[in-house]
Amino acid sequence: MRRLPAAVLVGAAAELAGVGLTATAVWLVMRAAEQPLMSALTVAVVAVRTLALARGGLRYAERLTGHDAVLRAMAELRGKVYDALLRRPLRGGDALTRLVSDVDAVQDAVLRCALPAGVAAVVGTTVLIATGAPAPLLAGTLLAGVVLPALAFGLANRRLRALAPLRAELTEHVVALREGEVELTAFGALDHALDRAGDLVDDLAARERDHAATALAGLAVAVQFGTGVLLLVNGEPAHVVLGAVAALEVFVPLTTAARRWAEHRGSVTRVRETLAAPPAEPPPPLLLPTARRVGVVGPSGAGKSTLLHAIAAANPGRAKGLLDDAHVFRRPVRDNVRLADPDAGQPRLDEVARVADLDVPWDAGPELSGGERQRLLLARALLADPEVLLLDEPVEGLATRHGDRVLRAVLAAARGQVVLVTHRLAPLRDFDEIIVVEEGRVTQRGTHDELSRTPGHYRDRWTAECP
Amino acid sequence: MRHVDRRYAVALGVLAAVTAVLVPVQAELLASVLSGAGGVVPLLGVVVARAAWVWVGQVVAQREAAKVKAALRKRVLRDATGTPGEVATLAVKGLDAVEPYLAGYLPQLAVAAAVPVAVLVRLSFADWGSALVIALTLPLVPVFAALVGVHTRERTRAQWAAMASLGGHFLDVVRGLGTLKLFGRAAAQARTVRLMSHAHAAETMRALRVAFLSALVLELVATLSVALVAVPVGLRLLDGGVTLHVALLVLLLAPEAYLPLRAAGAQFHASAEGLAVLEQALATTPRTTTTTRRRPPDPRTSPIVFEAVEVRYPDRAEPALSGFHLTVAPGERVALVGPSGAGKSTALAVLLGAVPPTAGRVLVGGVDLREVDRAEWLRHLAWVPQRPTLFPGTVGENIALGTPGADVVGAARAVGLGDLVHARHALSSGERQRVAVARALARTDARLLLLDEPTSRLDGRTEEIVLRATRGRPALVVAHRPALLGEVDRVVEFR
Repeated sequence: MRRLPAAVLVGAAAELAGVGLTATAVWLVMRAAEQPLMSALTVAVVAVRTLALARGGLRYAERLTGHDAVLRAMAELRGKVYDALLRRPLRGGDALTRLVSDVDAVQDAVLRCALPAGVAAVVGTTVLIATGAPAPLLAGTLLAGVVLPALAFGLANRRLRALAPLRAELTEHVVALREGEVELTAFGALDHALDRAGDLVDDLAARERDHAATALAGLAVAVQFGTGVLLLVNGEPAHVVLGAVAALEVFVPLTTAARRWAEHRGSVTRVRETLAAPPAEPPPPLLLPTARRVGVVGPSGAGKSTLLHAIAAANPGRAKGLLDDAHVFRRPVRDNVRLADPDAGQPRLDEVARVADLDVPWDAGPELSGGERQRLLLARALLADPEVLLLDEPVEGLATRHGDRVLRAVLAAARGQVVLVTHRLAPLRDFDEIIVVEEGRVTQRGTHDELSRTPGHYRDRWTAECP
Repeated sequence: MRHVDRRYAVALGVLAAVTAVLVPVQAELLASVLSGAGGVVPLLGVVVARAAWVWVGQVVAQREAAKVKAALRKRVLRDATGTPGEVATLAVKGLDAVEPYLAGYLPQLAVAAAVPVAVLVRLSFADWGSALVIALTLPLVPVFAALVGVHTRERTRAQWAAMASLGGHFLDVVRGLGTLKLFGRAAAQARTVRLMSHAHAAETMRALRVAFLSALVLELVATLSVALVAVPVGLRLLDGGVTLHVALLVLLLAPEAYLPLRAAGAQFHASAEGLAVLEQALATTPRTTTTTRRRPPDPRTSPIVFEAVEVRYPDRAEPALSGFHLTVAPGERVALVGPSGAGKSTALAVLLGAVPPTAGRVLVGGVDLREVDRAEWLRHLAWVPQRPTLFPGTVGENIALGTPGADVVGAARAVGLGDLVHARHALSSGERQRVAVARALARTDARLLLLDEPTSRLDGRTEEIVLRATRGRPALVVAHRPALLGEVDRVVEFR
């Protein structure tokens, strides 16, 4: 943010050149009407031409310095946010997406709120000093520069607060409509649900009308020109009157900026909080199962994936593999696999691809089918060749038989310990130990032969899979 | 512009026309006052009128924006395709962007068309030399803007793509943070994030230097024209060639010719996103609902026959269901078992008409299911999905979904939810499942129950309650749990 003050100064200079141009031109005309000698006007003529050129050039410079300052500051901010996330991870795709758009909102807030406000402050102060602050101008400046933006901010805040629950309700309805579309259709309730959401839309539209904001726009015009008229009545010279009206133009964007600031405030706060968040607690020590091949089963949402994450967190550098949040980066396939071992040569890459049955070209982009994606992740996990290989539903998205075959090859290639989460039980028959997780707790453990004889989740699933 | 309602276009025209009268009148009166001819009171009147007119314009524009937004929201609700999250974002937040376009840019565009003309007309009566200068320079603004625009379009587009890819890259890295950490690559990426952002900033600035040229031209033309007009007028005043009133009028009106163009240019950038969203929303094609055809046979008396049914989803290579044969006799209870992904739920979806078979057909009483009226057919069915959706509203309203006047309390009690009928809070997955069962039970007219693992999230005791409630009714049951298998006439195995 170090370059921002420079951008503010250049912007203020551009605006002041415009104000100066108006004032000088008016002075020139008024003085010329008194029919003095030509020489009395020379300076003014030169000033008008110079200011006209300066105004355009400075405005251009302002936009460049402003954008340059903000873009550099944002580059730094992205880096800091990344560091903060490294110290304290944020789980959940939605939260991350929101954080990234929050960072973009900060950029907008600086460029369109902070920068215009700074420029307006410098211009307002300079003009007041230059004119000796006549009372109408002082009042007009305070009204246009402080009171109206403050009002706009307060009103926007109130409106956002009032609309938030309605908007949240509408979002909830839209999501339910889409997610439950088949259900609604099956129960003949789709039209009714659409009507209900439509009522909400109408309700929102009625409340979104912002009468106060429309009035503010009219008031801003009244203040700008009203100040001019008052200055006239006050007996100020013409160039001061019209210069003042031109200067008050600088405050016009401030009401919009104030409204925008009300919208971005939450984003700015969230980014600030992310940056200030203390590092996450170190993970509690976790007793790793000792058997060489461990299977983890249980109903969805029971905590199997969480168990794998806990193992990974407790054994950094030792336990690697394919977890449920495994990410395919928007990079070529080769880079995505090589992530696990940047020094790996082509023969080694080809070897893991063969085991994982990954048959897409190495230079292919990341637009993969579900099955290809899964095999890419498996190849990556194999390339890491960890002491403990973690696999969370590794062949999901592959046809059953194909999946079984790939999984067999991967298990055969794994040299260390393996922990496998799976909903399909067939691959677990020769595992050394199987852990059943239900509602976040381990409820059963044993080999396949033991568990398939004991009543419980495992036996139920087994009979369903192979009745 | 084709998105604009005709009445709104007319309103904008009227608003702009009145503004185009008020601006020269205000300049005229101000010139009178400054040249000592008096007239402060009328000037004050015009200022008040201008402020009031701005207010009226805002009210009209906002009303239109709200109206269009509501209409688009309803359209998106009904027709938009995409994930639930995407549709919700477009419908709620995305469509906000049409406001700057409709209520900001378009009114300004109308003003930019009307006011310069009015200014030129007035000036050509007062001082045709100045009018000529403005008439010659004014077209330079759009011409130069277009020239710079054409020159930079490719670069700007590439730049927007880069901007999107940078935002995308950051999101990509942040989303993959777990993976990076797992493989010990997170620290190395911290440097990449900064390097990429800085490289991008430098590249963006290179493009902006050219892109902002149009703004530079605009400013220069506007300010230089004022200089071009003011200096000669001033010099002519010296020898009495013009009156002070005319000189002031020229000076006051000249900038007013350029001002609306500058404002429209500024609004254009702010509203570009709105136009894109507007086009996205209007691109949704209305869903066609075919209301043909014959009344479906009653499944209580007609057998249901799956004949070599195959289902392929566009995004999957393997068929979800293939060569599936099954005959369900009237009144029969049949269990479907087999490993996950074998197509059991897909078979139910086909019967619900939610998924069309890509090969084969389903016959009800000898009639192809595709030929019967779907809404009528669905009236015969009561479905318990594997992952039921809970709709906004109370548990009771969820149970009564599509069966107005149903015995909600009775159905809720039957599955042990009697106390929760008026609840609105979040439910556990087991409770949701029981709500779905109650919803199916409330459809007392339904001839066939389609139960997709109705007890997978229930404990043994609750499972027994649910089983008792559905016992004896004709049903197709997708089952994993042995308790369910004892409740059916026949078990069909999927592989």
